[in-house]
Amino acid sequence: MNIDNIGTKVSKWFQDSGESPQVIISSRIRLARNISNHRFTAHCDHQEKNAIISELKMAILQTSIGPLAQYIDIATASQLQKELLIERHLISKHLCRNRGPRGAIISEDEAFTAMLNEEDHLRMQVILPGLRLDQCWDVVNRIDTEIENQVRFAFDQRLGYLTACPTNVGTGIRVSLMLHLPALKMTKQIEKLLNATKEMKLAVRGLFGEGTDALGDFFQISNQITLGIKEEDIIAKLTQKLIPKIVEYELVAREHLLRHENSLLEDKIYRARGILENAYLINSKEALFLLSNLRLGINLGKIKDIDIATINELFMLTQPAHLQKNAGGSLTPNERDELRAKIIRNKLSTHKI
Amino acid sequence: MNCQNCNKNTATIHLTEITNGKRQERHLCESCAQNDGIAVNAQIPLNDLLNNLLAAQPKDQNVFDSESTPCPKCNITTDKINKQALLGCPEDYDIFSESLNKIIDKYQDGGKVHCGKVPQNQYDKTTQDLELANLKQALEEAITQERYEDAAHLRDKISQIQ
Ligand SMILES: [Zn+2]
Ligand SMILES: [Zn+2]
Repeated sequence: MNIDNIGTKVSKWFQDSGESPQVIISSRIRLARNISNHRFTAHCDHQEKNAIISELKMAILQTSIGPLAQYIDIATASQLQKELLIERHLISKHLCRNRGPRGAIISEDEAFTAMLNEEDHLRMQVILPGLRLDQCWDVVNRIDTEIENQVRFAFDQRLGYLTACPTNVGTGIRVSLMLHLPALKMTKQIEKLLNATKEMKLAVRGLFGEGTDALGDFFQISNQITLGIKEEDIIAKLTQKLIPKIVEYELVAREHLLRHENSLLEDKIYRARGILENAYLINSKEALFLLSNLRLGINLGKIKDIDIATINELFMLTQPAHLQKNAGGSLTPNERDELRAKIIRNKLSTHKI
Repeated sequence: MNCQNCNKNTATIHLTEITNGKRQERHLCESCAQNDGIAVNAQIPLNDLLNNLLAAQPKDQNVFDSESTPCPKCNITTDKINKQALLGCPEDYDIFSESLNKIIDKYQDGGKVHCGKVPQNQYDKTTQDLELANLKQALEEAITQERYEDAAHLRDKISQIQ
């Protein structure tokens, strides 16, 4: 991964749609770790932060991911570079805004990232398309073990891995899934999602705004409990119990719409396609709204000549920093909407299957 | 509908957050939402919106009800921990254990003892005892739920450790 080329293409990991792509956009697992004989990052001076970086950097670059990864110094990165990394889900806003020595190690396919000196000394994540939590865990667990051979992590037999924020202790794991639930939203059955998550302590986040309904089609769920439950048990509960239930609710709702509201559904999908293929100005909210409808159309088999990977790519490349990178300079809001529309038009006309 | 926060402007941002099955709705005007760290800019990508929602979670109550002496190792004060909701060093878990355990207990829904991964270089007698206790508990569960294959598997594991 080369920081100068970042932003011109979609992340490699996002080029396919993964398992259960009708409903699940991506799976992500993050681990929080700290080195035992250092203060937590927020309470460190520059010298100590530098020591933390060099110890972790050396250890991570020696793991099996090392040869495929690159270190990026966030303290000296440009604003545009940082925004590109945020838009690609590779670093957090928190890391971007922090002060002092900090960095990220990112694998070539962008599926693995380690943030150094974010809230904790080390936050590693693996992100993959569709429902692939098991695979995310295999990778992040393996690399974590490889690092552990070289670094002594802050760990307590009773409390597990010790984190800067006391609410993350234990496994330090955050398992999250990004869901696309347009039919539950359309049929006003989001309560079903709420009920399904009751049996497990989870956070579900969605956003509703007047006139920006598409934002309400996307939901993120993640575990809250990190102490007293094994990593594998959290993943198994989500993958085997909860997710199949939510997927089924959404698919039943889609089936219902197909049978009883077909013209409404088709209007939504083909109208979205019509605008995306023909518009000359399009803002990001509208693009998200229309791409969400197009995604639904593909998943329902109504649109057969565009694939999910193309939609994923458009979601990523039409974000503001990516557009600016593409243009090679800063853009006015109007120019941005113009370029966004152009990229979408071109992609949809040339990348038909 | 008026903004819940300032009660002056029209609420244009409607957030729904579901935590532990409890639904919470917030209706804010654009400027109050922005002050809250919730991005409302038309150019903000989806991922950002979600991240902002994470950041906009209301802060939990204070860790410490009253002030006590700073950590001798990192010098962090209880006041600073209250303010930033972050600890100063790993030793703080020992030094401030009483107050921290209350917070952890509340947040972790009764989960009290770590039973996940243990770093290989920190595996010792205590780890083994805890692991054994966990396995025995799982065995009992398997027996009551009549999962006999699992039970046999767990028994093997227990005898291996013992
Ligand atoms: Zn207001
Ligand atoms: Zn301390």
